[in-house]
Amino acid sequence: MTQVTFEEISPADFFYRNRDIAGFTNPSRAVFAAIRELVENSLDAAESIKVPPDIYVRLSFEGEASAETQIYKLRVEDNGTGIPPQYIPSAFGQVLYSSKYKLKQQRGTFGLGGKMALLYGQITTHQPALIISSTGGARIFMYKLMIDIQKNRPIILDRKILLNKDGWRGTIVEFTLEGDYLRAMQKILEYFKQTAMVNPYANLTFVDPKGRLYKFVRATTVMPDPPKETLPHPYGVDVEFLQRIIQVTECDNMLDFLKTHFHRVGDVTAKKFLEFSEISQSKNPKKLSHEEIVRLAQKLKEFKEFLPPEASCLSPLGEELLRTGVLKELKPDFVAVHQRKPATYAGHPFIVEVAIAYGGEIPQRGNFVIYRFANRIPLLYDEASDVSVKVIESINWRRYKITPDMPVAIIVHICSTKVPYKTVGKEFIADRLEVRREIANGIREVARQLQRFLSRREHVDRERKRLGVFGKYLPKIAEFSTKLSGKDKVPDVEKLLRSARKYDVEGG
Amino acid sequence: MTLKEAKSVAEKREEVLAALKSFGTKIYEQLDSGLFPSIDMPSRSTENIYYDPKLRQFILGDKRIKRSARNIRHLKPFTQLVWAALFSYELTSQRKTSTLRDVYYSAQAYEMSFKDQQESNNIITDLETILGHPREDFNIFPEERSAVFGDLTIRYTVPGYEGKTLNLTSHPDGVMIGPALTSAEFVETSADKVIAIEKGGLFTRFIEENVHKKFNALLVLTAGQAPRATRHFIRRLNRELKLPVYIFTDGDPWGMHIAMVIISGSANAAHLRDLTTPDAKWSGVWATDIVKYKLPTDPLDDIDIKRLHELQRDPRYKEDPLWQREIKTFLKIRRKAEQEAFSRYGLTYIVDEYLPAKLEETK
Repeated sequence: MTQVTFEEISPADFFYRNRDIAGFTNPSRAVFAAIRELVENSLDAAESIKVPPDIYVRLSFEGEASAETQIYKLRVEDNGTGIPPQYIPSAFGQVLYSSKYKLKQQRGTFGLGGKMALLYGQITTHQPALIISSTGGARIFMYKLMIDIQKNRPIILDRKILLNKDGWRGTIVEFTLEGDYLRAMQKILEYFKQTAMVNPYANLTFVDPKGRLYKFVRATTVMPDPPKETLPHPYGVDVEFLQRIIQVTECDNMLDFLKTHFHRVGDVTAKKFLEFSEISQSKNPKKLSHEEIVRLAQKLKEFKEFLPPEASCLSPLGEELLRTGVLKELKPDFVAVHQRKPATYAGHPFIVEVAIAYGGEIPQRGNFVIYRFANRIPLLYDEASDVSVKVIESINWRRYKITPDMPVAIIVHICSTKVPYKTVGKEFIADRLEVRREIANGIREVARQLQRFLSRREHVDRERKRLGVFGKYLPKIAEFSTKLSGKDKVPDVEKLLRSARKYDVEGG
Repeated sequence: MTLKEAKSVAEKREEVLAALKSFGTKIYEQLDSGLFPSIDMPSRSTENIYYDPKLRQFILGDKRIKRSARNIRHLKPFTQLVWAALFSYELTSQRKTSTLRDVYYSAQAYEMSFKDQQESNNIITDLETILGHPREDFNIFPEERSAVFGDLTIRYTVPGYEGKTLNLTSHPDGVMIGPALTSAEFVETSADKVIAIEKGGLFTRFIEENVHKKFNALLVLTAGQAPRATRHFIRRLNRELKLPVYIFTDGDPWGMHIAMVIISGSANAAHLRDLTTPDAKWSGVWATDIVKYKLPTDPLDDIDIKRLHELQRDPRYKEDPLWQREIKTFLKIRRKAEQEAFSRYGLTYIVDEYLPAKLEETK
């Protein structure tokens, strides 16, 4: 996916031909992917201005398309930042037009999610898309658009400007697409539930084609700190990336070049590295030959003394929000959350957050329920291949007195500027040593907490049962012995019952 | 002749009722003074069961166990025990009887539950141990029933039949040894011996062949291993009427042990007295009879042989050299014979030949 490739065919054309990559594999996946992409854009749009998201999604039936597929109209409304009018056509009508090519944690995948959905809709139904947006100013802009697939250009069919009397801010996207909702329903509902779990500050509303309303109400208005943009870490760059910065840099020597364009590279580190890689400090980066750039990329990876990346570019959910989300969606009897310290793999910082929940609405199905998230996006497909699942399977749960027949849910969230997805489908995380270690340590920590909860509860249960036994039998002994001895007054056993309790508290 | 029991049925009833009431009072008083009630009783664990050669039965040793309502594990059985005592008190004072099965179900009416029949049987055995009386004394009987036939007149003491008399020849199938008969008083008898028989077929044959008249005997059917009520009944015939007791069983280790339990009791009843008849005789079928009478036989199974080795070590079998001799003979010939085996010499052979000979031999 280099630019060279894109020059040969239009990116829109490329993605249309390779729509599997973006998740539009079949009519059922397409409905799911369209909803998911637009919802995630909306979440990002609201979070970027620190507003708790309010997202309304409606999928309505428009007509039959074939024996297995139907035409649906999808409408997604948000209260996000809104799009300035001049960018609306390109933002929705030009593939790979995106603000997502900087290094910070983002939900979006290729910068084409929403557009891919629109493109898919246009291909399958030949209908234009309706975009309504306002940044909260005096006007609301309304566009009717189609994409010129060959030229990768928006075609504006209609444009209206409305007065924004109520000061509305946000974006509404509405378009038609072909799909199979019945088959996608399960995944879509699961997607909303899990999205609500890791975005507990969001209101999500979904109206399905049958008119059923699903509402996920926010449990807090606290939001995680937004990620900061950072420079790339030297471990994470490749030749292509080096060439691009060399083209745009204003530095005329290697020392400044390293200090200016790389994350956590100061004077000392830069000098040490240049010495290590035998490059002169005063060398003009623009004069590096291709071979020298290749060698530079290699040396950047080999040098051991770069400082590890800072995690300020990451936006983990945080233990409190994760706890809130899990409590809200699973209503468990117990939840433990744990956030690992930032770590890195191949120069990419990442943070693992895990939670374990017990009881409540968690089903007992002979296996743990596993919820996987990456950058606050639920991963719903290919569970068996995910590193989290492998880690969970490799843990000796008996050590924690936890068995698969218990109602236990395990939540793993990894956030990173570059999530190590295994495939382009971006549905599961690759088994990388550093990632695996963080997940395993995180799960062990929360498993220990669950173990403590279970043993404490067992103790309380046992104690309650014990007192119950006294409460059941002592009065009977009193009654029977009164009758047997021919006495009139039944002895009072209350004092004994109290002492049974006291006795136990002392006895531990 | 008119006979008088050592202790009248009414006296015994009063004694049992007093013991039950005193048990209840003990519990009541502990509760009333704010204590967790507890009771101690002889331990019935195997380490505390000894053979007493003087009494010629198993007895319990000095070890005692304490059951306390303070102990969570004892609490339920303790309550069951107090309930069982109350239930027995009501039964006995109202002169009603109940079976072990009834006990199990009756508990449910008091919102007391037993896990199973075994649990309720154990509680009844606990009560026996505490009171020192067999359950029949507090009117709880097992389901199993055996029978008696012969010239013995009894007088009922059960409600509705009090004072009525019955001669035990009045029914040709014999009279069931149930609660009414067990609690009856003996009035008179012309018999001079008791013959206890293991199997129903032979019991019927003996009645048909007028054994009771020919041998002047009372016939008791044990129907396999004799139930306690029957063992107690045989003891009474022996003690109160001074009748010698002769026991006829199959010629195998199991038959031999049926005779032994009538004579010396069982380890399970080590907490009880008055169930044994130490002077009773095992009259046959012996292993030596198998040889002597050339009876049709079956080979001993492995399990029979294992049992013989167990019995060989049992203290009860060391009382009389007869037992060891017969065990050795069984082990030597490795054959066993049923009582019916005599039929090979004709239906009446056993009555005409074998019985008189054996009665004489074991006199």
